[in-house]
Amino acid sequence: MSFIRRLAGNAPPRILWSLGVLLALLLLAPALLGKYWLSVLILILYFAYVGQAWNVLMGFAGQLSLGHALYAGLGGYIAAGLYFHYGIGPWAGLFAAVAVAGMAGAIVGYLGFRFSLAGVYFALLTIAFAEFTRVAFDHWEWAGGSGGLFLKVEHATDIVNLRGGPVLFYYSILALAAGAFILCRALLQSRLGQYWLAIREDAEAAQAVGVPVLRCKMIAIVISAALTALAGVWNAFYYNNLFPETAFAMGRSIEITLAPIIGGLGTLFGPIVGAVVLTGLGEAFTDLGDVLRIPGTKQIFYGLALLVIVVYRPAGVWPWLADKLGLKERRP
Amino acid sequence: MTADFLLTLAQAIVNGLLTGMVYGLMALGLSVIFGVMRIVNFAHGEMMVVGMYLAWMGFEYLQVSPMLSLPVIAAIFFAAGYVLQRGLISPFIGRPEHQQFLLLLAVAILLVNASLAIAGPDSRGVQMESQFDSYELGPLVFDAVRLHAALAAVAIALLLWLFFTRTRTGKSIRAAADNNLAALVVGLDVRRLYAVTFGVGAACVGAAGALMITIIPVSPFLAVEYTLLAFVIVIVGGLGSMTGALLGGLLIGVSEAVAGLLLQPSLKSMFSFGLLILVLLLRPQGLLGKGPQ
Repeated sequence: MSFIRRLAGNAPPRILWSLGVLLALLLLAPALLGKYWLSVLILILYFAYVGQAWNVLMGFAGQLSLGHALYAGLGGYIAAGLYFHYGIGPWAGLFAAVAVAGMAGAIVGYLGFRFSLAGVYFALLTIAFAEFTRVAFDHWEWAGGSGGLFLKVEHATDIVNLRGGPVLFYYSILALAAGAFILCRALLQSRLGQYWLAIREDAEAAQAVGVPVLRCKMIAIVISAALTALAGVWNAFYYNNLFPETAFAMGRSIEITLAPIIGGLGTLFGPIVGAVVLTGLGEAFTDLGDVLRIPGTKQIFYGLALLVIVVYRPAGVWPWLADKLGLKERRP
Repeated sequence: MTADFLLTLAQAIVNGLLTGMVYGLMALGLSVIFGVMRIVNFAHGEMMVVGMYLAWMGFEYLQVSPMLSLPVIAAIFFAAGYVLQRGLISPFIGRPEHQQFLLLLAVAILLVNASLAIAGPDSRGVQMESQFDSYELGPLVFDAVRLHAALAAVAIALLLWLFFTRTRTGKSIRAAADNNLAALVVGLDVRRLYAVTFGVGAACVGAAGALMITIIPVSPFLAVEYTLLAFVIVIVGGLGSMTGALLGGLLIGVSEAVAGLLLQPSLKSMFSFGLLILVLLLRPQGLLGKGPQ
């Protein structure tokens, strides 16, 4: 219990109660919701999870990555490839996926941080690695090349191989999202988390007071890449197909960054709130687009919504919402 | 085989150089905007595609050749860029990078999908008679459209150079880029100068779009590719350096053409991104840049 008490820390009781109720509702959701709403909820949880993973690097440690599709794509391809070729299930495969993506993160991070690339320059380096890998996978036969890699669709629930219907994937992504939330809270409370925030605010000052800047940034990118790889594994088994054109696409990387930026960078609830807002808007605009029957209208409304949010709430929706709801954490 | 091969290679290099000039003009817009106000225009490829569409529309509906509609398109882009900077981007100067990124991403989404809604997803090209013309220099063949596009790109780059070195506004912009505070102190209207800069950058990419449509057809899906291409070019040449952008354009144009000849065409972008990674690590200020700040 002391672990939970420590995690709760100075959070207001109201927020803890709300979290408890939310978790209970989420656990019951498959019994309460129809097929469509469950699929929307799955999407929300996926973006909340992968946003949380990206947030570790950008929100906590302040390093802008626009190439996170690299880690999701590697994770997905490795777990799916092992299953496809050798019948190795994803529970074993995810260790390989996490290891490889973590290594990739370490390489990108070491090169970027060692050569002191910051801001836009680091972001471009991450894009370059993702694009480079995309073209490489286009030509890699083992991974199916540009024709893609397909997993057989099975409806019988088989937890060992992560095969089954929406409910299985719902609970697995819920577990990931909840786990990432708790992990990030614990990280933020740790010494490492404080070091990250110091680096984010002023890397030179942090270095001057003895924060091991390079090591902390490396840990951030490896954790972030490893968590993102898990999302990639889940994604591959949920959708049953992988193409280099989508798995490593710039669009995929951007998608990962949106929920935390819109929700509130560096906050624990930001990625969750952002995922709800963006997925909600996306679904609403899809319906609207279907009514209007003009290509691109969904995306036009989506772009307008992003524009409005970034102009009026540049720090994200959650900090403003938390203030309105009186949910600000007390400072010790 | 060697003589034949060398000739093919030389021909590929010629084509790469000509296309590279247009790439350079496109990247010049990105570089000017970044060099002056430290904003990375993530909507650059989308602007390029809109420029290509405008030129296509002028040709398709008004029967105006892209070369003639180019000044009009550049003027429209200048005005749109000016207004965009004044109304939307100005408050974001100096803000954290991820906020600038999100703002321009939203602009990019709007531009590319407006193109999609208006012109549809099919690729659109112009069919001109001059597309079959060519000039010959010894054994080398210069496609007329490519040569004209490259010459126009050089001319525009020269105009831009004159603007930045000879006119009062151009010099003021360079002053504001060098030292924002000092420019304010001596009474320059930096806000207006920034808007002009964004307009000039937009006009470059609009003009590059009008030239590019004579070489290859346009589709909305090219936008992301062009954005990435422009990034690669300016980083290789030096972000913020004008000659660097042109040199980078030539380099990437040639390397694409040669890689397309020697390797599978689909591998050619791997070469560009490999080059980008190397330059970022070994010389992040680019070949001709002054260094990141």
